[in-house]
Amino acid sequence: MAGNGMTDEQIEIEVNGQTLTARPGQMLIEVTDAAGIYIPRFCYHENLSIAANCRMCLVEVENVAKPLPACATPVTPGMKVSTKSDRAIDAQKATMEFLLINHPLDCPICDQGGECELQDLAMGFGRGVSRYTEGKRAVPDQDLGPLVSTDMTRCIHCTRCVRFGQEVAGIQELGAIGRGEKMEISTYIQQSVDHELSGNIIDLCPVGALNNKPYRFSARAWEMTQHDAIGPHDCVGANLHLHVLDGRVKRVVPKRNEALNETWASDRDRFSYEGIYADDRVTTPLVRRDGELRPCDWDEALAAAADALRAGGADTGALVSPNATVEEGFLLAQLLGHLGSASIDHRLRRRDFRAQDADPVFPWLGMTVADVENLDALLVVGSHLREEVPLLAHRVRKAARQGARVYFLNSESYRYLFPVAGQRVAADLVAGIDQVGAGDDVHRALQQGDNAAVLLGQIAMRHPRFAELRQGAAQLAANTGARLGYIPEGANAAGLSLIGALPHRGPGGQPRPAGRHAGELLNQPPSTLVLLGIEPEHDCAVATAASALEQAGRVIAITPFLAGSMAAHADIVLPVGSFAETAGTFVNAAGDWQSFAAAAVAVGDSRPGWKVLRVLGNLLQLPGCSYATAAEVLDAARAAAGTPQPDNALAASAKPGPPPAAAGDDNLHVPIYRADALVRRAGSLQQTSDGLAGGGAPANAGDEAA
Amino acid sequence: MAGAANSTALSAHVRAEIDTWKQKFPAERQRSAVIAALHAVQHEQGYLTPELMEAVAAYLELPPIQVFEVGAFYSMFETTPIGRHSVSVCTNISCMLCGGDEILEHVKGKLGIEPGQTTPDGRVFLKAEYECLAACTGGPMMMVDHKYYENLTPDTVDEILDGLD
Ligand code: SF4
Ligand code: FES
Ligand code: FES
Repeated sequence: MAGNGMTDEQIEIEVNGQTLTARPGQMLIEVTDAAGIYIPRFCYHENLSIAANCRMCLVEVENVAKPLPACATPVTPGMKVSTKSDRAIDAQKATMEFLLINHPLDCPICDQGGECELQDLAMGFGRGVSRYTEGKRAVPDQDLGPLVSTDMTRCIHCTRCVRFGQEVAGIQELGAIGRGEKMEISTYIQQSVDHELSGNIIDLCPVGALNNKPYRFSARAWEMTQHDAIGPHDCVGANLHLHVLDGRVKRVVPKRNEALNETWASDRDRFSYEGIYADDRVTTPLVRRDGELRPCDWDEALAAAADALRAGGADTGALVSPNATVEEGFLLAQLLGHLGSASIDHRLRRRDFRAQDADPVFPWLGMTVADVENLDALLVVGSHLREEVPLLAHRVRKAARQGARVYFLNSESYRYLFPVAGQRVAADLVAGIDQVGAGDDVHRALQQGDNAAVLLGQIAMRHPRFAELRQGAAQLAANTGARLGYIPEGANAAGLSLIGALPHRGPGGQPRPAGRHAGELLNQPPSTLVLLGIEPEHDCAVATAASALEQAGRVIAITPFLAGSMAAHADIVLPVGSFAETAGTFVNAAGDWQSFAAAAVAVGDSRPGWKVLRVLGNLLQLPGCSYATAAEVLDAARAAAGTPQPDNALAASAKPGPPPAAAGDDNLHVPIYRADALVRRAGSLQQTSDGLAGGGAPANAGDEAA
Repeated sequence: MAGAANSTALSAHVRAEIDTWKQKFPAERQRSAVIAALHAVQHEQGYLTPELMEAVAAYLELPPIQVFEVGAFYSMFETTPIGRHSVSVCTNISCMLCGGDEILEHVKGKLGIEPGQTTPDGRVFLKAEYECLAACTGGPMMMVDHKYYENLTPDTVDEILDGLD
């Protein structure tokens, strides 16, 4: 951001008689914000460039003839500022009067009402009655797609949305058309705003011009309660707020965390909550009798599940969603261990398990999320980064804009929306990585970088020859002094690895005689198969995953949703809550453990997954399984996992052994809104162009408009 | 983005013109050439369609909206069809003091149209409003296409307008 020079030099200024220290060149508003001195503003935003076009932040500076905008005035030593003098207040009031000339008085029917910066400031700085008698102008609305509603008459032309497109999204679709009184924010030709972070313009817009379309007219800001949550779809672990009314999630907004998501949320994290209320939520436990799933009470279902597990014994296997919580994964792994089985896996889309012993104890990024933007050279291998982890792509974009040399190696080319030093497209990624020898551009850039990294993306980790691919990447990293990092699947691959939801390792990465991995469990189904939060036909690499359910002796589905092969073949269905209805913990790719509490009332008779597994543990006499809270499960899981240092070094030593026979499936990319069961049911996301490109809503998705 | 193929909507001459302007600015600052590029397109095509503006954007490798913004901002750019000739009568202060308003009235009467309209035969377009064209010493004045006519009287105006094809 502007003014954040690297210097440690400090200067002093005086604001309202109070002495403040600042770095030279910092904008006044940054200094007053840090000191908790409020200056009204509309166009200024700490994560966008400075436009200084609204003039709401005018303040008085001693010895300057006119009031100055605090957002665009650099501090100078000894500067004396007054934010509340008559001149400052007069200037602010005059600005407000101008802003209100054309702003409609439709607050009673505006969703922004109650959380509107204009409304708030009009309270403080507006006149009770307008001096204008002229008619107000009206501006036609835009159709920006299924996520953002528009009421452009309300726009005050702060251009935050325009700058967001240019600076953060990397694709400017909105602009200021016309001038003076005729200026309008528009796409000019009708088009939707298609970007995986587009929903952020809803939060940025200080008035009700850009609002949340799926949430439109369904609640008032002051009626809802706010609950913390963690992004349930990707490995950044974005901090979120869920806004809940009558126990139901009405909308999701980002919670500021500069180290992870800054002030942003991806559209996937923001709008996937619609899936919680899909039509195919299971609302009561079900047990199959005479070939049909029939509702029953929890006791009966749990007893049936315990019987099935006992019957399965050591031949029980479990497939765990990479979005399952630490608590759920830990309890299920313990339960299987108790039955004598190590056949549990969350690496559902992985195809190549040959070198799994060389996997790091947990797949980690090799750096913190925020550090990604400090890289000066980066090679991303096998990743459609914007779709896999939108906020990580955003950090890479920031690095690229600061001059980092960013390269991609993929089997097709993708659109990145930032300066890419080179896109390598190789049908065979293994050959592609092996070609990056000394003398190659990429090699040189990584070697010259002081802060270089090679990142293995989700396509790489799903590759049929992942072992060779990783070996090549690890070698390249070692030769060039770059760090090696992973971009794991889902919200909690790191956590599930750490607590031992793996066939070949226990908690903390302790090696153990390997059970069956995800591929084996689907190719040779065990006599009892447990599914935790997954839909085999959509979430697994094995193309015949659906028929595995048919072949398994008994299938226990622990799931919020019931569709497809599970509906056809599950024997026992235990309905559990989505991320919003349960307490739990996710570990992101940087190794941050983040816990959250239940925010919404569970749909129907569903229960939190960890409680269901705890009761199953009791029924099977799992020792020590007397946890009263998710926090107690977490303590046990953390104690078992210990504190392994994140380390990706093992990879270089991998000895893959002979490559597998050609493993068919070429399409390793999973479209952004197909990634997991929840997002597949989010009606509005499915209507976006990315959603439609991924095939739109599945047959049994929830109500489109929610 | 519109894709480079779209730039075939631009004639070779226009493309050459844009190239000349682009060279006057530092690399990566091709946005500075938008005004000149739109000028060249309008000169050749009469007015700017969204397709032509997208073609300029594609040619300059800019998001189309950045070109639309420029096209919509400057009143010298036309984004709807207009007559063959464009007439702008200055009514700003110096011209006003010298009778600019009377000249405008005369033009309106002669052409039978209001500012912002084109004669039914498609011959002359009278610009909606015009501010100082920087020929104040010769007021009242008007601009016809790209040419300035100064020290106007109703008679000279008739002569000029009658001379348009
Ligand atoms: S739509 Fe909202 S964010 Fe965009 S310029 Fe208008 S007021 Fe600002
Ligand atoms: S906040 Fe300073 S001018 Fe808008
Ligand atoms: S006032 Fe008419 S040209 Fe200046």
